[in-house]
Formats: sequence, structure tokens, C-alpha cells
Amino acid sequence: MTTTTPRRSGGLGRVLIAVYGLLALAATGRSVYQILSEFDHAPLAYSLSALAGVVYIVATIALLAPGDTWYRVAWVTISFELVGVLVVGLLSVLDPILFTEKAVWSFFGRGYAFVPLVLPILGMLWLYRHRPRPATADAPTVVPAGTV
Amino acid sequence: MIEWFTLVQVAVACAAGLLCVVLGLAGRTPADITNGATALVEVLLIGQLVVAIVAPLTGNTPTGSSLEFWVYLVTALLLPALAIFWGLVERNRWSTVILGVACFAVAVMVFRMHQIWFVQLA
Repeated sequence: MTTTTPRRSGGLGRVLIAVYGLLALAATGRSVYQILSEFDHAPLAYSLSALAGVVYIVATIALLAPGDTWYRVAWVTISFELVGVLVVGLLSVLDPILFTEKAVWSFFGRGYAFVPLVLPILGMLWLYRHRPRPATADAPTVVPAGTV
Repeated sequence: MIEWFTLVQVAVACAAGLLCVVLGLAGRTPADITNGATALVEVLLIGQLVVAIVAPLTGNTPTGSSLEFWVYLVTALLLPALAIFWGLVERNRWSTVILGVACFAVAVMVFRMHQIWFVQLA
């Protein structure tokens, strides 16, 4: 059965994508700098930050790109981020030595104003509201940009 | 880096961010006032660029990493320009909100630049 996937990049989704893009830039840029200049301080935290940054980049692209495959990629990457921020956030509270404050996911993203914690949840709500529907449905549910 | 100029810049960027987000959520498309506010943030960043080039020549050097400082400054310079460009291409209210998001991001980045220049913990 074919399905139609509503456009995810319209309306409020634009803002979500812009914020994802910013976080991708911030996490990737900062962790690359940290790995180059002070990797020995916190190798695990900085490596995870770099991984998080790359996943944010993929998530940003997946939210922008149309189609069912990218929809699944968006779910996978955004779920990965939520699990990452929850697990690393918890570990950093239990063992503050292990994770530095300056990493993306440490202390539930406190160094990034908790954006890494809130964003995956908003992303999942957005994806759920724009889930694929059977193509046989009588009217497409594509919402024109600017009306949401 | 000049401390009062930097703090004024953070305040202006926050005010511009708030203005754009509020007007955007109120349904306005990018207009002279919101584009102008974002452009003002960009002009102040260019001022900061000049200060960052001149200040070390007068003995005012960053206490932290100047590489990290410059990565922030160059990235911050790109954001308002990209957001204004986005708003010119796509004319709806969300582009106005994105102008505000860019301004807030600049405020955070300038604050980080301030920390790198003046404050070293640990």
C-alpha cells in the first residue's frame, strides 16, 4: 500500500528545523574545537558531543527532506537524541567526574539551556502530527505553509 | 573586547529576538521593523569584529582561547544574514520567528564570547 507523507518542513516546522540546525551547528562546532584543543580533559564527553552533533545534522536533514524514508530517519535520529540526553544526563548527575559540563548532553543539556532535552520531545510531537497516512484517504492532509 | 559594548550588544540582540518572536507569533511576515532589528544585531556584530581585530593591538587580549573566540564570532556573523535571507525567500510569519531565533542565538554566542575574553573558570 502506498502512503502519502505530509510535508514536515512547512509552517511551525520551519522554526523547529531552524533550531535543530542551530543546535547541530553549536554541538558539532564546539565538540570539534574541544576534541582538537582539549580532548584529554573529557574524551568520552567530547566524543559523545561530536556524535550528538552529527546526529543533529542528520535529524535536521531528515526533517527538511520529504518522503517516508526520511520520516523514519527523523524518528530514529530524534529518538537517539532523546535517549542520549536522558542517559548521559542521568550518568552525569550520578558521576559528575565522568562528564564535563561543557558537553551537549551533560546534566540534561544544561550548558545549552536544556534545548537538547526539549527539542527531541517537540520533534516527536511534530513527527506524530505529520505521520504518513494511507494514500486512499479522501483528502490529502497537507497543510499549506503559514496557516498552522 | 570592550565590556560595555558587549553587554549592550547582548541586550540589543535579546530585545530584537523578543520583538521578532512576538511579531512573528502575532502573524506578521518579515517587515522593515523586524528585518531592521536583525540588521542592527548584524551591524553591532561587525562593530565587534572591528573591536576584536583592533583590541589585541592595544594590549587588550582574550584571557581564553582566541581560536574559540573567532569561531564564535564568525559563526555569529553568518546567522542574522542567513535569517534575513530566509525571510526574503519565504514570506510567512514563521520566517519572522526565525529572525528572532537567530537574534537570541547571537545573544548567547556573544555572551559566550564575553566569557572566553574575560572570564576563565578552572
